[in-house]
Parts: sequence; C-alpha cells; structure tokens
Amino acid sequence: MTYIIDRRLNGKNKSAVNRQRFLHRYRKHIKEAVAEAINQRSITDVDNGSDITIPRRDISEPIFHHGQGGADTRVFPGNKEFITGDEIQRPGGGGGGGAGQGQASNSGEGVDEFTFHINRDEFLEFIFEDLELPNLVKKHLKDTQAFERRMAGFTSHGTPEKLHVVRTLKSAYSRRIALSGNDRRQLRELRAAKEQILQHPPITPALRQRLEEIEEEIEALKANIKRLPFLDDIDLRYRNMVKVPMPSSKAVMFCIMDVSGSMTRETKDIAKRFFMLLFLFLQRNYKSVEVVFIRHHTRAKEVDEEEFFYSRETGGTIVSSALELCRDIQQARYSPADWNIYVAQASDGDNWDGDSATCRKLITEALLPVVQYFAYVEITTNPHQNLWHEYEQILAGYPDSFAMQRIETPSDIYPVFRELFRRKVS
Amino acid sequence: MIEAVVERKQPISTQSEWTFELVQAYDKEIARIAKAFKLDTYPNQIEIITSEQMMDAYSSVGMPLNYHHWSYGKQFLETEQRYKRGQMGLAYEIVINSNPCIAYLMEENTLMMQILVMAHACYGHNSFFKGNYLFRTWTDASAIIDYLVFAKSYISKCEERYGHDAVEETLDSCHALMNYGVNRYVRPRPISAEEEKQRQLEREEYIQRHLNDLWTTIPRKERSGDADDKTPHFPAEPEENILYFFEKNSPLLEPWQREIIRIVRKLGQYFYPQRQTQVMNEGWATFWHYTIMNRLYDEGLISDGFLIEFLQSHTNVVYQPSFDSPYFSGINPYALGFAIYQDIKRICEKPTEEDRYWFPDLAGSDWLEAIHFAMKNFKDESFILQYLSPKVIRDFHLFAILDDEKAPTLKVEAIHDNEGYRKIRDALAAQYNLSVREPNIQVYNVNIRGDRALTLRHYQHNHRPLGKTTQDMLKHVHRLWGFDVHLETISDDNKVTKVFHCPDPAERH
Repeated sequence: MTYIIDRRLNGKNKSAVNRQRFLHRYRKHIKEAVAEAINQRSITDVDNGSDITIPRRDISEPIFHHGQGGADTRVFPGNKEFITGDEIQRPGGGGGGGAGQGQASNSGEGVDEFTFHINRDEFLEFIFEDLELPNLVKKHLKDTQAFERRMAGFTSHGTPEKLHVVRTLKSAYSRRIALSGNDRRQLRELRAAKEQILQHPPITPALRQRLEEIEEEIEALKANIKRLPFLDDIDLRYRNMVKVPMPSSKAVMFCIMDVSGSMTRETKDIAKRFFMLLFLFLQRNYKSVEVVFIRHHTRAKEVDEEEFFYSRETGGTIVSSALELCRDIQQARYSPADWNIYVAQASDGDNWDGDSATCRKLITEALLPVVQYFAYVEITTNPHQNLWHEYEQILAGYPDSFAMQRIETPSDIYPVFRELFRRKVS
Repeated sequence: MIEAVVERKQPISTQSEWTFELVQAYDKEIARIAKAFKLDTYPNQIEIITSEQMMDAYSSVGMPLNYHHWSYGKQFLETEQRYKRGQMGLAYEIVINSNPCIAYLMEENTLMMQILVMAHACYGHNSFFKGNYLFRTWTDASAIIDYLVFAKSYISKCEERYGHDAVEETLDSCHALMNYGVNRYVRPRPISAEEEKQRQLEREEYIQRHLNDLWTTIPRKERSGDADDKTPHFPAEPEENILYFFEKNSPLLEPWQREIIRIVRKLGQYFYPQRQTQVMNEGWATFWHYTIMNRLYDEGLISDGFLIEFLQSHTNVVYQPSFDSPYFSGINPYALGFAIYQDIKRICEKPTEEDRYWFPDLAGSDWLEAIHFAMKNFKDESFILQYLSPKVIRDFHLFAILDDEKAPTLKVEAIHDNEGYRKIRDALAAQYNLSVREPNIQVYNVNIRGDRALTLRHYQHNHRPLGKTTQDMLKHVHRLWGFDVHLETISDDNKVTKVFHCPDPAERH
C-alpha cells in the first residue's frame, strides 16, 4: 500500500530556528567577522548581508575516537602492483595519513574554515549590538523606506471597502447599452413596422397575423434586454491605492576627521562606526545621500573614502582648516535650499591652541545657519582640551542643531544619536 | 518465483517529466514485482518535496521532526552553502525507518529517477527495515514518530522553564556521548509516546529517591580498621552504556536533565542498527533497484531510453575509486553491498569449483531464499565474514595494509590471492565492527565514599590510542557527572598506560 503526498507547499523554513540557535551560539565569532567586514567595506555599503567565516575547529563537536598510532590493519580497494609482504613508505603528512580515519572524515575533508551567509538584517543586528541601540531605533534604522498610500486611478480588482459606486454604475450602464444595442435596434425596427401596419388600414388577416408575430418578437426582445444583469462582476471599479515613497529629498554628509599623528588605528575605527551609523540614519530619511570626506592635519583636503580612513599623516592640528574647506565646498556645491546638510566631525581633541576660537566662529557663523545638524565626537580618554571647551560654548547657544559627545568605547557612540533621533522621531 | 519469459508491454511513459499519476502507476508495477520477489514491506508514504525542504531534512538527521539544536543549524548552513555553490548535489531521496515507511522524493528528479528511487527506498530499504534482525530487535518503527513528537515538546518545555542555554549545554554533552548511550546486549523495551509521558513523572520521583540511597551522607558506623577493603565497588560491573549510567546515577542532575539524557539515548539506540548495517542496507536497496528496473525493462514497462539513463546513474552509485584516486574516500558501501548480493545470486545460480569449495551450502540453492536469509540475519561485520567471496575480493582488488607505529614502514599483509582471501575477509569484517571502530570506553568505578570522582576505562585494542578531542570530551563527561572525572587507558596486557583528568590538574593553577 502506498500513499503519495505532495509536501511541496509545506513550509520550507523548518531549519530557521536551528539556524538562529547557531548564530546565537557563535555570535562572538560572527561579530568579529562583521567587524572585519566593516573595516573592509565602504561606509556607503553597510546595507548588505555578508559571508561569515569561522575556523572549523571552533565549531566541531568532539567525540571519542581513535588517534594515530597503535597497530591497525585496513583494507583498501584497487591494488595494482603490491604483493604480500611488500613494505611501503608511509605517505607524507604524519604516519598513515593516507589511511585516513573512517570517523573523522565526515567533518574534516581538509576544509578548515566554515563559511556561511548572513542576510542584511542579521548583519545590521550584529553591527548595532555593539552600539547598544534601543530596539525602537534599531527598527527605525533597519526599516526600509517609509511609504505613503495614495490614490492612483481605478482598478477592476480590489476589496469591497474600496468600491467606487459611481464608476461602477457608469460602467454597468455602458455595458448594458453595449450588450443590448443589437436587440434595441431590432426592437426599434419592429415597432416602426408595427406603426406602419397600424397606420395603414385595412388590416387583413395576414397583416393581423404579422402583427401578432411582431408583438411576440417585441416581447422576446424586451425579455432579452431585461435579462441583462444590472450589475456584473466586470462592472466593478475600485479605487486604486499605490504606495509611494515619502516625500524625501537629498542630503549631504560631511565627514571631517583629524588624521594627525595622534589619531591611532583604534580611534579611526570608532570614528568609522560613527560615520557609518550616521550614514545609515541619513539613508533611512533621505532618498539620496552624498558623502564628502574631509581630512585634515594642519591643512585640510577633500579625499575619497579609502584615503580618508587608511592613509596616515603626521604633524600638528588646525581644525579650522577643515571647517573652512567644508564651508567652501558647501557654498560651491550644496545649496541649503536643495540639500539637507549634516556635518560629522571626529577628532581626538587635539588642536592648536590659538585655533579653537576661530573654529567656534566658523561654526556659529558659517555652518550652523545652513546645516541640519552638526555632530562632534571626541574619541579620547585624555582630559578635555580647549577645543572641547570652545565647543561647549557653541552647545550652550545652539542646543537644537549641535551635539557633542566624548567617546571612549563604541557603546558611547549612541548618545549622540539619541539626541538626533529624539528630534527626528517626535 | 517469477516466470522467466514475459510478454513485452507498452511503456507506461517515455517522457522525463513526472506526474502524480505516472508515479502512482509505476509504484503499482514496482509493488507487484516486489511482491513476486517476496519483499515484505511496511506501507509506503511517499512525500514529494522541494530542494529547500530536502536541505531541512538533511539537517535534522533525516527525521521529519526533531528538537531544536544549534548543531542542526550548523548542518543546515553547511548544506545550504555547499549546495548553492554547486559543490554538492542533494540526495535523490531520504527514507525513514518508520511505519508507514516515509520516503522523501525530490521534485527535481526526472521520472526515471523517481522510479529508481521508489524501487531503492520504498521497496529496498523498506523491506530491510522490516526484515533485518537488528532493526526488528532495536527499533520500533511504529513508535519513532510519536516519540519524536514527545521529545520535541518535552525539550521545548524545558527550554521555556530552564532557559535555552542550560538545555543546550545538556544536549551538547549528551550528543557528544550519543554513541556511548547504547545497550549492545540488553534488548530495549519498545518505546511508545503515550506510555513515555505517563511514566516520565513516576520516573523522576523514583530516580531521585533511588539516588538518595546511593549518595546518603549519613555516616556509617565505623567498624574495624579494614574499612578500606570493604568499600563497595560501584558500579559492581563495568557499564558500557555511559549515558544510561548518568541518567540513573549522576548525583547532581535535575530530573529534566535525566529525561534529556534518556531522549538522546533513545535516539542513539534508534540509529544504532543503521550504523551497523550500512553495507548491507545500501547493498540490499541497490540490488533491488537494479533487479526491479531490469524487470520493468524486460516487461517493456520502461523504454530503452529510461534503461540507459538508469544504468548511467546506477553505475555512478556503485563506482568504487581505487585507493590512490583523488576521489577515494573509503570503501563505497553501495558498491560493496551490491557486489556481495549479486555474487550470492551468482553462486546460487552458476556456481564454479571455487564457489563449491568456499560456499558448499550456498552453491546451487535457491538464490531468492539465500539473499533473503542473508539480509535478515546479519550485520555488516558478520555479513562480510560470511559472504565476502574470493571473486568479489578479486573484482575489487582488495589488499590489507598493516600500519604499526613500531614499524618504520607500512606492510602489505594480504592481497587478493589464495593465501590472502581469508585474511582480507577477516580484516574487512573487523573494519565494520563498531566495537573496533569506536574506542571501547566504560564506566569503571565511582569513589562513592570519597570525592565522588568517576573513573572511566578505555580498553585498548591493538595499542590504538585515543584521539585529540579526548580532553574536550572529558569536559562533557564532567558536566554530566558534576565531580572529578578520570579516564584510564588500559593496554592489551592490562596495564594503565595513560590517564586523563578533568578538571585538568595542569590548568587548575
């Protein structure tokens, strides 16, 4: 007896839970891999999944098994030239490697890395985990573009509450007219013929007969016309709603970073996380985001991302040079009427003493009037220097569009964003 | 027996696309032929699934449902990655030892493949599950699905109550010891989900009481000075079923942990026959798909094109690369099993002088009886010992290599010649003997009046040492036992040659 069952329509994600368990168990490894991936990719490219590679020995499940050694007789197929008593050199790679182990082979196969793919959401989840974002914010960042439903004409399919009565009746009426056209023309002709006969007496028996026939046909046609449904499925018209992206416009993000000798690799990595997060945030809120990278020591320069994060310079620090360049670029290319302008500055707090006041002036006079938001992060564990104190004065004057934060570990990045989101979300 | 000459009918179909009607029509024909060949099967439940579902099935050891565990997720990710990169194909079918016998067929298969797979799984494997003595003794096909339902819901309840991590830890340790949770000699009672639920509560209580007896802390009256000599040895006899020992005697486990050990133990027991009958089982199924397909062709029910397509895929299945080939990964159980069954048939039908000398009982007897007998009453080890004929040894060019760490070179002990046949047969049979393949480790002693340390003993065979993961394994043993664990390796001449400890005294500081 045989039953044949079609299971193809059953769910196919039976392993989803087990997969989550695996990701959870190895989250430390995955986080390292994600951190590695972040360093390798551009900050405008954080929005994809990633291949994760874990050393196989870390995920193997131990069993009791035989090791190399002792005496072991094994049988092999495919003898060509051996005869009993032959002595053979051990194959290279440790005694009897060629013999292999029956049990170890199912996990080994000479591959020592375990690679798998995580999707975009999981990837972002792992990035955010470090930053200790509250869930609401995570959702805000991960949600794809916001949509609005708008009217867009009419369709013939839809749900009852979208039914458009006038349109429906109109099309029902035209259908009835179209379908009954033939019958009504015949009806008109028959009626004319009947008139003709009635107006020209005498009425002979033959004509009377003819009249009766006409009467019958007229009745039949009338019944025909009446049989046409008043409302048919094809008449129904529904209001059509389409999802349109929320009105959004362009934004530009200026990334300003100090690259003087005092900025270490770790500091730059934290700065990169910060810029990435800001970029993600802007990308959620604006349709297109451009990024301008400005790095500076004593002089500022506009560079591409590669150079921004990875080239090293030495020398002193004059922050105002970067702010000036930022202002110049903004004035030349990004008019505040068309662009939402964001400036993010990362530094270790060093600045040439006489320069900090200039910076304050530049920010308050040239930048703050045109930007949406100016965020400054100081990545250091040293005491604050004069740049911080100057900026504190700015904060006092412009609490709405200026934020500053000291960052010691990646988890400190978030408070800057809390400010940002509080205004955005409400 | 089926009459030799048959009239040729029209093929049922010659197209390569399958439909449910065609699958059904061919199943009817295969069932008829199988019945004529006296294949006794459970009812079949054939399920058509997609490749994604096949990957799901792969990752939970082939079972249609199972409890959740990260290792299944790992298996899934690995299968998915390799499949998507084209490094591996998926199996055409998976068949489960249950009643009704569930077989998964992939929708991607051609009609020919579906026929082949039905003959292979639904009649070959199925009749093996129903007929072989190991399966009859150790597994209960009608209860396994119910038991898995029970296990899954019990474990997810534990997860809710005690947390994922605690359950996962216990499962990890149990999985590591799964092969040591098997009763090799005592027949288990058949399991049933209903009973299982009812008995589970009683069991919890009983074990806790029983334990307290063993671990009572009330001091005993000191008698004379020779108290040391009278310290009872516990367990009285060494215990090979380590998981069973923990379930009943481990002092610190919670009742739910004991139940989890029991679940893993039952699953280990369920898979135990499959681990011992690879060659026989695959060989049997291959023999029957080969025989049935040829029969279908002889009757004209499949066309020449199907037969060619079948032979091509059959040849791939029974291909045995030689030891120096880059594709070599051990002896192919399909090839070896198929060759042995085919040879039994040949010996029965057309025995040579050699066969009469080696297999006097077999030569000239009824082949169908003979192979049914061979299928029912053996496991791989004894099957090879009984039936591996000189002809098969010659066909495979088998040779035996002795790898002795004391000798500077490997030595060819025997090849496929008159002097070598017996040696090769013995060596190959031993290779399939689970107790040779897996280290023999047993619970030896518990220091019940002292620090409660547990001593395991590894009885060496041919001086073979334990592998690299032993220390990691002891951590799992330690987790289940709760007190110090020692593992002693006992050499062939009964001396302790190596001792492992957990916690490792070297790491303590």
